Amino acid sequence: MTNQNTISRESDLSGGEYKWGFVTDVETDLAPKGLSEDIVRLISSKKGEPEWLLEWRLKAYRYWVGLNEADAEPDWAMIEYPKIDYQDIYYYAAPKGTNEAPKSLDDVDPKMLETFEKLGIPLQERAALAGVAVDAVFDSISVATTMEKQLGELGIIFCSFSEAVKNHPDLIKKYLGSVVPYTDNFFAALNAAVFSDGSFVYIPPGVRCPIELMTYFRINTEGSGQFERTLIVADKGAYVSYLEGCTAPFRKTSQLHAATVELIALDDAEIKYSTIQNWFPGTPDGEGGVYNFVTKRGRADRNSKISWTQVETGSAITWKYPSVILRGDNSVGEFFSVALVNNHQQADTGTKMIHIGKNTKSTIVSKGISAGKGNNTYRGQVQIMPGAENAVNHTQCDSLLVGDECGAHTVPYIEVRNPTARLEHEASTSKVSDDQLFYLMARGLSEEEAHHMIITGWSRDVIKELPFEFALEASQLLKVSLEGAVG
Amino acid sequence: MLEIKNLHTSVLDIDDSEILKGIDLSVGKGEIHAIMGPNGSGKSTLANVLMGRFDYVVTEGEITLDGESILDLRPDQRAHLGMFLAFQYPAEIPGVRPWQFLKAALDSKAEARGEEKMTVRNFSKLFDEKVGAVGINPTLVKRSLNEGFSGGEKKRNEMLQLEVLQPTLAILDETDSGLDVDALRIVAEGVNSMRSPGRSFIVVTHYQRLLNYITPDVVHILVNGKIVNTGGPELALEVEKDGYKKYLVTSEATA
Repeated sequence: MTNQNTISRESDLSGGEYKWGFVTDVETDLAPKGLSEDIVRLISSKKGEPEWLLEWRLKAYRYWVGLNEADAEPDWAMIEYPKIDYQDIYYYAAPKGTNEAPKSLDDVDPKMLETFEKLGIPLQERAALAGVAVDAVFDSISVATTMEKQLGELGIIFCSFSEAVKNHPDLIKKYLGSVVPYTDNFFAALNAAVFSDGSFVYIPPGVRCPIELMTYFRINTEGSGQFERTLIVADKGAYVSYLEGCTAPFRKTSQLHAATVELIALDDAEIKYSTIQNWFPGTPDGEGGVYNFVTKRGRADRNSKISWTQVETGSAITWKYPSVILRGDNSVGEFFSVALVNNHQQADTGTKMIHIGKNTKSTIVSKGISAGKGNNTYRGQVQIMPGAENAVNHTQCDSLLVGDECGAHTVPYIEVRNPTARLEHEASTSKVSDDQLFYLMARGLSEEEAHHMIITGWSRDVIKELPFEFALEASQLLKVSLEGAVG
Repeated sequence: MLEIKNLHTSVLDIDDSEILKGIDLSVGKGEIHAIMGPNGSGKSTLANVLMGRFDYVVTEGEITLDGESILDLRPDQRAHLGMFLAFQYPAEIPGVRPWQFLKAALDSKAEARGEEKMTVRNFSKLFDEKVGAVGINPTLVKRSLNEGFSGGEKKRNEMLQLEVLQPTLAILDETDSGLDVDALRIVAEGVNSMRSPGRSFIVVTHYQRLLNYITPDVVHILVNGKIVNTGGPELALEVEKDGYKKYLVTSEATA
């Protein structure tokens, strides 16, 4: 008798399930599909914007039309997707009855609050307990900003972009488009034309924001695009840590997300910007999912510091390069990233560090995890300008492969125009080894737990940069996103 | 406790790769069995197969633990039943702290058995105590699991896990290799202090020297995938003196 005994490695893992895929049934105020000057005017008038902002939007719109006619949608990234029909998208979707921003949480549709509860957002009192001030952008409208009063006493402004336009027009006028002008790229132009809301933060000189500020973005309406705009200004010597989280319901059609984030760190200021991006990644067969085209950039003045930390587990497509223009002497730029792709997800993400000032310093730590049939590309640019004496960059770029149908790619550009610069580039590619898995399983961890431990351990250098609660969430997210990939 | 009957094992997906060619072994509760043999005899394979390593196929035979077959169980399920393998070459896991790893291992076991998980406070206490007992440099456990550990440090770390997890059947796969005399003594003291009527050990070793410190109940000589001789502690001394030569000749003759 011969019996063939192998240990089944198809352990009982459920197929990668997206747990944020619920749809909230709230009445929605929709503008007709498609993009035109009229739509841009409609968005602007719905929000009661001043003439100068409408003008700016229209300029951006016309610029974008030119790009679109010239077929100038960027195509250099290592991503493939069907051509986007920009006339088949809703550019304005607001939950009904919120034309006026809610005065307090009592004015917010309870169903929406339920949604945020499902998302685990500590709104209401929990927010205060958790020390988090939350601005939640639901489709395109900012729903509720907590703890505004408390922050107000310190002179900190944390509100929706629309409110900021009304209440702090001088700040908006001064900084809007100053880091990412609408001419920057195709998606930045589109965003400038049709952005519907977003968050605004201003920290006055010398003030250290005592709590983490947080915005939660969610796309709800089917076929709608989301175009939010975030502007953060840390005045001289100020400090702020800002968190951004994103989810979207389960949809078989793709959704477009084209956001713009501008950070301005004036002399001696510090901005720490953390993102957990968990937009719907599409079905395991590659249907639907969010197309995430985001432009994020910071301007770092003298002795200032800008730090981007991102955990990217969602979206069918991620196209995103949070960057820092190190224009002030002694300024510091950091980029810490974990990007995980599973099933048919594609990510092309990285950073740009532009060294202009003397003694500027940048650090890049990129961790790409590829599973299933996913494709992950790190694309980075380090540029040392002629005046950047003694600039220093350290880049560490690691890829981890889970399974044998996925891909990892690294595309680093380095341009040095000053001989005093010092640059280091380290790169590695590894696989989760059978030895590692067996070792952990022999101690009692399931195959899934073992994978999770190996991957979070491997990502540790990035995850430890996140604020504590966010780090736990990130770790859980890596676990959930990997389901179905192991076995 | 552990019964191995006519165990044949090959390497997964490789033809004609039979390594274990009919092993019979019976380990009773509270016993210490030493398995000795020359290089390439299948000692480590046996240790790994017992723990359920994926890349071996059991083509014939049976392994039971307390009367139940474990052949269809995954390594984690075997661990939950109280089995433990101290690795010859422990894997390096970047970014994972030994503390975190051991807590997760204990939690998984407790969960599988429907027992209550140990509190972080109690676990910390236990961990610190065992770190002291095993003589691991405390700075080591703040680093990544096995990463950059010396050979001896890795083995001590295996002993630390053994002490914390308190298995009922511990398999030590050449834990003595690469150890200096002091470390060897620590390993032996660990085993001796854990020796109890309810706990069995299988000590796989190439040399007799570990058996100077651990007195086995039974010694087996494994050559070319088969157990060719079984006896008491005196068998180990004989091997120390004469080597494996006489077994190699016999096994070639019968092959």
